[in-house]
Amino acid sequence: MSRIGVFVCHCGLNIAKTVRVSELAQFASTLPDVVVAKDYKFMCSTPGQEMIANDIREHRLDRVIVTACSPLMHEQTFRKVLAASGLNQYLLTIVNIREQVSWVTHDLDEGTAKAKALLNGAVSRSRLLMPLTSRVIDVNPDVMVLGGGIAGIQAALELANTGRKVYLVEKNSTIGGHMAQFDKTFPTLDCSACILTPKMDSVLQHKNIQLMTSCEVSEVKGFVGNFDITIRQKARYVDHNKCNACLACTEKCPGKSVSEWDEGLVKRKAIYIPFPQAVPQKPVIDREACTFFKKGKCRLCEKVCEQKAIDFGEQDTFSTVKVGAVIVATGYDLMDTRDLIQYGYGKYPGVYNALEVERLFNSAGPTSGKVTLRDGSEPKAIAILHCIGSRDKNSHEHCSRVCCMYSLKFAHLFKEKTSADVYQFYIDIRAAGKGYEEFYNRIIEEDVKFIRGKVARVAKSVDEPDRLIVEAEDTITGKFIKLPVDMVVLSPAMIPRSNAKDVARLFNLSTDKQGFFMERHPKLAPLSTMSEGVFIAGVCQSPKDIPDTVAQANGAAAEALTIVVKDKLELEATTVMVNPASCCACQNCVRVCPYGAPFFNEPKGVSEINEALCKGCGLCASVCPSSAIIARHFTNEQVLAEMEGLMEF
Amino acid sequence: MSQTVTPYLEMSQAIMEAGGEALKKCYQCGTCSGTCPWTPITHFNIRKLVRYGQLGLDGIEDFMWGCSTCRFCVERCPRGVELIDIVTAIRNVYSGGGMLPQSLRAFVGSLSARGNPWSGDPAARNDWAKEKYPVYAPGMDYLFWTCCTVCYDPRNMRLAKAAAEILNLAGVSWGMPSPDINCCGESLRKVGDAELFERLRGKNLDYFKSNEVSRIITVSPHCLATFNNDYGADYDVTHFSELMSQWIRDGKLVPKKDFGGLTVTYHDPCYLGRHSKVYDAPRDILKALPGVAFVEMERNSEESMCCGGGGGGLWTEKAKGERLSDLRIEEAMGTGAKVLATACPYCITMFEDSARTLNVDGRIQIRDVTELLLESLEINIDEPVGDACAV
Repeated sequence: MSRIGVFVCHCGLNIAKTVRVSELAQFASTLPDVVVAKDYKFMCSTPGQEMIANDIREHRLDRVIVTACSPLMHEQTFRKVLAASGLNQYLLTIVNIREQVSWVTHDLDEGTAKAKALLNGAVSRSRLLMPLTSRVIDVNPDVMVLGGGIAGIQAALELANTGRKVYLVEKNSTIGGHMAQFDKTFPTLDCSACILTPKMDSVLQHKNIQLMTSCEVSEVKGFVGNFDITIRQKARYVDHNKCNACLACTEKCPGKSVSEWDEGLVKRKAIYIPFPQAVPQKPVIDREACTFFKKGKCRLCEKVCEQKAIDFGEQDTFSTVKVGAVIVATGYDLMDTRDLIQYGYGKYPGVYNALEVERLFNSAGPTSGKVTLRDGSEPKAIAILHCIGSRDKNSHEHCSRVCCMYSLKFAHLFKEKTSADVYQFYIDIRAAGKGYEEFYNRIIEEDVKFIRGKVARVAKSVDEPDRLIVEAEDTITGKFIKLPVDMVVLSPAMIPRSNAKDVARLFNLSTDKQGFFMERHPKLAPLSTMSEGVFIAGVCQSPKDIPDTVAQANGAAAEALTIVVKDKLELEATTVMVNPASCCACQNCVRVCPYGAPFFNEPKGVSEINEALCKGCGLCASVCPSSAIIARHFTNEQVLAEMEGLMEF
Repeated sequence: MSQTVTPYLEMSQAIMEAGGEALKKCYQCGTCSGTCPWTPITHFNIRKLVRYGQLGLDGIEDFMWGCSTCRFCVERCPRGVELIDIVTAIRNVYSGGGMLPQSLRAFVGSLSARGNPWSGDPAARNDWAKEKYPVYAPGMDYLFWTCCTVCYDPRNMRLAKAAAEILNLAGVSWGMPSPDINCCGESLRKVGDAELFERLRGKNLDYFKSNEVSRIITVSPHCLATFNNDYGADYDVTHFSELMSQWIRDGKLVPKKDFGGLTVTYHDPCYLGRHSKVYDAPRDILKALPGVAFVEMERNSEESMCCGGGGGGLWTEKAKGERLSDLRIEEAMGTGAKVLATACPYCITMFEDSARTLNVDGRIQIRDVTELLLESLEINIDEPVGDACAV
């Protein structure tokens, strides 16, 4: 005989509008072993929790069922109520009548009937629940940050300042990310390098940060508190311990390739540092561009290097780091706009993308900050085209969020650096950040022309072959505009890094429709992921500006800290166990487990479980032909009882 | 006219119910109107049409007939709005209220009374063939679906004959439909007469069924698109250009005549290109003709210009300066082409008219790729193109 209490939550009207909650509580009270059943407006609130605690005492309850929202939301909340009342927390059952009932129907009768069926199943299962003991594990105090853009830099510094050891892993040969390419930042127009490079230097100098450039994660093992991460150090062909950064090698090198840093606008050497303020300020050899690697002779860099740091024989090496938490901050790429043939990118030299223009403004850029076209002349008229490939079902449906603002910034810089007429072709101006609307007003007053209409086509001018014609409807006057310009700037969609899929696979992250990493909850856990102990920050989660990115990085650092600050971590007790007497040694469990928890004990001839790795998903139990694997909290008897209860309806 | 208006959402609702559901998606960015070939030259504005539809505003009738359903805006719309469905729905709702323009009344009347848009005698549908070509019978490889325009329009009869001759040369068994079929109804549907379209469609489907038709060849991309998209039946429908290019590749047809350096450009019919995604086949045919110098116009393939003949445009009068076909002829002549080739009887009609009214018919010839291929096969049903242009 159990003594079960059932607590039905209205969730305001979220549940109550499509489930007759008092009828559900009334129904519960008629079920066997249910000694008390109540409904309440917000069960998760303090009075709701107190009501449950009181009833546990008053009615001497030994099982509690809460019919409310998804267990992802409040299972922990109610487990704490049980624990505080002296009940084992695993004697709680959550019945999800919000996401699985009230939010998926408009019909009161249907909703109420389904809620009753689910509750009936839960009561049947509840009787069979067993008290379980949580496991406690040691926590590694270190953290890994993946990605050395502003998000990764910020998170790494925050964590390192708390005394934690941080591994900052960056795939390029320098940290800094996209922010290091910018000249000015909106809306304050402060110099990007002035605020970023000190931080880059702090990373290099920080005793708690191990900077790992030209590195990629190749394998992730373990789990929250105890990750074992294998890192591939790509061969740089320069021994950075010996190199004294004299850069004589880069001067002599005859090999050339396009500068990624300058968005392909100019060339760089085969042995190079990406830009003068790069961190670390030590060169690497680009194998594809190196004369020696291509032709078997040259070695000029080796000859001029007094430190004997050049090592053509260097190979990729692998090392493993152990950390308790991970922050992923892998950033973004701009979409390739060549496929959008109507805008002529890649076809007409006068058409630029936004990052190229950032480089033109930059005093460390290919034109030393002068705005000139590819032929060296100054543009007399410039059109900035918003929403290229963003907000577009044919490419990317999401709004890239920062383009309106940087387009305004571009307009200002064009006005400052040239005497050109500047036009913005936009659909809506989205200026929703602090000081952004004011910045928009300022740009309007700088006499930038705003044309509300998405550009339909960029064509070569017939009358003036060096110029371009921008065609659009000004939707405010309804007139068709043909505007002769010298320069067209595209504001393309921001999309996840090209290797985001690999990163998602390594860390078991979900991705949204556009490929950005999914947060655990859009509002209440925006930096957490479904992988415990792995956090996300910056544009890898969705397009955002620098202030939001930095705020997220700080938040992710704090989240990671809540894990690594503890010595011990309590893990779910809902793991599986093997009954060795029934194990038939088929090893199905070893093959299906995504976490590598089951292993085969050869001498004993049976499978065993590494409980530290087990997440309790039950996959192994479901494929075990001899039912030797028992999933705690989801035993066959418990699951079947729930099914029977459901099917009574 | 008063500038004060009140949204009339019942009208907007009616448009959505008539198939213009996509009204809801539009955010008025102006991509459609910026892309639309009519915007620069007429007062027609597709974005405004949608806007008036969204709010059910009076005055919509001023520009509801401007669209030639070229599909350029649909391809580019960032919201995935099926603008042609909206245009069709608006016309359906309003033409039901007696707002059909004068020029389209004859068109609809003829389709209703005679089953073709050209006021032709239904019994005379196959007169162009002069009993030289077979009528379809069950068991034949192909039904050669002769568009009403190639049956009744004297200029386009040459296209019908050219296709018939090439079918014979290819050695396939084929037949044309008996005169009791009627127009495919494509343009009629776009003009908004859904009810009459259903009647025409039903009758044609009965014919296909009772004659055990399985494979259909069309020379008109309009028939092609409507059979594939609006008939809701599973027939193997092919545009003739695709078969011809296949037969050339297979060596079944070998172009012989040398055109001696004749410059030819190609205009993509909207219903063959954007509507049916056939871009290569007609070009492959032209490139296979000996001595043809093939040149592209700047606007080609996916970005091709419209001739203005779709969506009822073929039967609507347009003032000088407001004709897309005039602009297209000028663009073609700008490439130095002596022949403007295309693959659609509507385009041919529009261009022939323009070439005449622009008084350039002595300088540029309008030809279907079918006609050019036939000429290269040295079968003559027509005056030779090369010679005419050599002057």
